[in-house]
Amino acid sequence: MNDAPFDYIPLTGAKPRGKRPYFFDDPAVERVLAITMAVAQEVAVLRERLDTIERLLEKTGGVSRADIDAYEPDQDAATQRSEWSRMYIARVLRIVQQEVEALNAAPENNYDLDAKADELGTT
Amino acid sequence: MSRWPSPPPYNLVGKHGVSPHTNHDDRARFNFLAQLNTHLATHVLPANATAYHLKVKPAFEQEHGRAPKDRHEVRRAMLKNPQFQTWSALRRSSMELRQQNGREVVLRQLADLNKRAADLNRNSSKLKLDPSFVVPSYVAKVDFHCMPGGYVDELAPDDVSAAANYDVGIFATTGGGLGRLNDGAGHALAGWLAKNAPELKPKRILDLGCGLGHSLLPVAQAFPDADIVGIEVAAPLLRFAHARAKSLGVDNITFVQANAEHVPEPDASFDLVFTTMFLHETSNSAIKNIINETHRLLRPGGLCIHLEQPQFEGLPPFEQFMRDWDALYNNEPFWTRMHEMDIDSLMENAGFSREKMFVSGAQAVVDEAIFGKQKDDVEDYGRKASWHAFGVYK
Repeated sequence: MNDAPFDYIPLTGAKPRGKRPYFFDDPAVERVLAITMAVAQEVAVLRERLDTIERLLEKTGGVSRADIDAYEPDQDAATQRSEWSRMYIARVLRIVQQEVEALNAAPENNYDLDAKADELGTT
Repeated sequence: MSRWPSPPPYNLVGKHGVSPHTNHDDRARFNFLAQLNTHLATHVLPANATAYHLKVKPAFEQEHGRAPKDRHEVRRAMLKNPQFQTWSALRRSSMELRQQNGREVVLRQLADLNKRAADLNRNSSKLKLDPSFVVPSYVAKVDFHCMPGGYVDELAPDDVSAAANYDVGIFATTGGGLGRLNDGAGHALAGWLAKNAPELKPKRILDLGCGLGHSLLPVAQAFPDADIVGIEVAAPLLRFAHARAKSLGVDNITFVQANAEHVPEPDASFDLVFTTMFLHETSNSAIKNIINETHRLLRPGGLCIHLEQPQFEGLPPFEQFMRDWDALYNNEPFWTRMHEMDIDSLMENAGFSREKMFVSGAQAVVDEAIFGKQKDDVEDYGRKASWHAFGVYK
């Protein structure tokens, strides 16, 4: 289901205003960690989905490996899979997107949070 | 005794008329994050104290001949510590995942969600939006807790996306600690009032910064005959709050777009004025004005109560440093500033008397059959579903 009147996927991982903190001495480590955690999340999602399938199979009968091997997605399934795949990549590479956005951000949207609180504290 | 695991599965989160639809994988993502956050709070966070006391503080003392004198010195030293770096990077990453997951769920069904809200809100006298309202800059210009666009950005007409994202994902941040409808703080407040102020019997109640109405609805249900007003600056939150309340059958609340610094209500017109998790998302100047407003709006004998995390005063530098994390690393720029203010003096300057002030506590009240009892031994420095309740009688 996608009823958005625009391409919503790049918006899901948009960078919030304010500088992103980096904690490791080398920002590359942070980048890899953030990517790894997204992959870890998706492995958990797959595991949960597989578990659902196993439990349903246990209740309702079976599908064979041959069925799975022979499966050909129709147009709807192919569209849903493609959408899943786009979202998956966007998710895993979120930190890369945000670093690109930070590079491109207008300076007023890349502010230091503490300095902004100084500025706005009397508003 | 709860038979569900802690955190419970996401499918037990309650639904209302503007709940986004979630699919299997959406729910699995929130399950993963609830589990991850619980793991971090239980297993990774406590090691920061270990690292501090065993390594960072002794090294500091060796170098300076004294202990760190304040949270800033603790932070400068801890930022070089690998344990703190890893926990912080994971906590930040988890929050970013939560935002992306929530926005994915909401944005792909945005037109449907906005229509459902609009249908529930149409021609209601209980939702008062002001198209000429100017959102104060301390809200308009900050993306609180890393929500892209903050509370106020609108991606479509009649937008509720900011609120829907907040609602659909807060389960992950709190590990289910706020209960089925994310309203554990509201039930805590209703319980506090029943126990500590049974004689109050409020006829008019005001929630300043009511957000999505999470905390307001349980109070409204506790006082079904009262006339209740929730004010909030962000139109997306108000649209969502009204639609959510209506779908849950709560009809004694009027949701008004207004600034808590200048509430469009007469003097002495409320018996109870409260805020929950609100003051820390306003500026220092605003807090002063808000406290003044609470005094103006309360009738003599009326009660004002605020639910927040504890003030920093008197806390050891290490605990202050840990509680400062969200301010610096989770886009809560006013968090520490608010927690350092002398609010008792602000209340006194507003006209309240010190003898009538109190400090108390309130713990999230949730459906224990599902969500279990809150564990009191896990401290998540700012994320825990129990609060410092303070206030004053006029």
